[in-house]
Amino acid sequence: MAFKVVHYINQFYAGIGGEEKADYKPEIREGVVGPGMALKGAFKGEAEIVATVICGDSYFASNMDEATKTILDMIRKYNPDVFIAGPAFNAGRYGTACGAMCAAVAKEFNIPVISGMYPENPGVEMYKKFAWIIETPDSAAGMRKAVPAMAAFALKVLKGESIGKPEAEGYIERGIRKNMFYEKLAAERCVDMFVSKLKGEAFETEYKMPVFDRVPPQPAVKDMAHATIALVTSGGICPKGNPDHIEASSASKFGEYDISGVMDLTSEKYCTAHGGYDATYADQDADRVLPVDVLRDLEREGKIGKLHEKFYATVGNGTAVANAKKFGAAIVDKLVADGVTAVILTST
Amino acid sequence: MVKEIERKLPVVHMCTIVPISQTVGANRIVPTIAIPHPFGDPTKTPEEEKALRRKLVERGLKALQTEITEQTVFTE
Repeated sequence: MAFKVVHYINQFYAGIGGEEKADYKPEIREGVVGPGMALKGAFKGEAEIVATVICGDSYFASNMDEATKTILDMIRKYNPDVFIAGPAFNAGRYGTACGAMCAAVAKEFNIPVISGMYPENPGVEMYKKFAWIIETPDSAAGMRKAVPAMAAFALKVLKGESIGKPEAEGYIERGIRKNMFYEKLAAERCVDMFVSKLKGEAFETEYKMPVFDRVPPQPAVKDMAHATIALVTSGGICPKGNPDHIEASSASKFGEYDISGVMDLTSEKYCTAHGGYDATYADQDADRVLPVDVLRDLEREGKIGKLHEKFYATVGNGTAVANAKKFGAAIVDKLVADGVTAVILTST
Repeated sequence: MVKEIERKLPVVHMCTIVPISQTVGANRIVPTIAIPHPFGDPTKTPEEEKALRRKLVERGLKALQTEITEQTVFTE
């Protein structure tokens, strides 16, 4: 008998709609939907998708606990052998939802859980410990590569075959340590590695050290009434028409915009360049993403010293981490040079 | 972005998907309303919406004025 699979996808891949439908509540349908078709093909009859869960990305992200519980209840009666989510490529909310559902299903039903994501998807860092995440390209253009890899891996796990190292199997490292027998003693291997390192040759550690990328918190602002507060956003707010042509996704730049004398971000003058959320509300009133109006009030009332005369904006939608780092570093240097005290960074 | 800013200036990250902010490594985090309108709620009147926005911004300012030693989510 074929293994039973429950598949999780978002509203977009289900063909329900894009950002305007991202609030779609969880639903389960019997059988295959969307990319499940390709998965089904890749299973060649060895596994069958018995049901597909569909949930809007924004709905999941805004109601994580409730959505998780609802979906677990939906899945229960199908009694699956494996849970497959995505692939989510570099879509942040989708990746987070796939990862969260994988973690919850593994815990609740004690079955293998598999997803597919681009390594920079925030879902990877959050959930790689809990799921097998197959490394995929960053966009849906990589579907043809991602789906067969996920299907093949799922079958391997289902058949109880031994799973090798991440690089060999194509999944993202989970931080799991496994005991192995080697011909050579540890001391010998250690010296070999050291000699290779001295020679400048390639070598592979047997125990990677975790990378802690944390920045210590700055001291608190002591005198808010005289502080200059700057606004920065990854929500894509910019003057109407997006004069700097900031990309709707995978942004390669940020904008610097003068708001001296601007008391309120109106729909006549401001909009969002972001392509990763429904722009309706931000285009109606950009203060919903970048609260200039309120900060002007607080400035007038003396609660803050002043609102910095420039704001900085980029689009945080599939943006490369390296670019985001570069933008952040460049922005803060400008802010320091302008005598800014502290920053409010808003994200959608 | 938030980490690079924090290297030189105090910063509060105001966002809706708090787990992502925590994973990225923001130190001062204030949860907001919803992804497409973090500082607004289109179902409310403009006055109510602005009052809601003000409450959130004040919470952000409070976060900036609070000494912390580790990642902290400010929910009030």
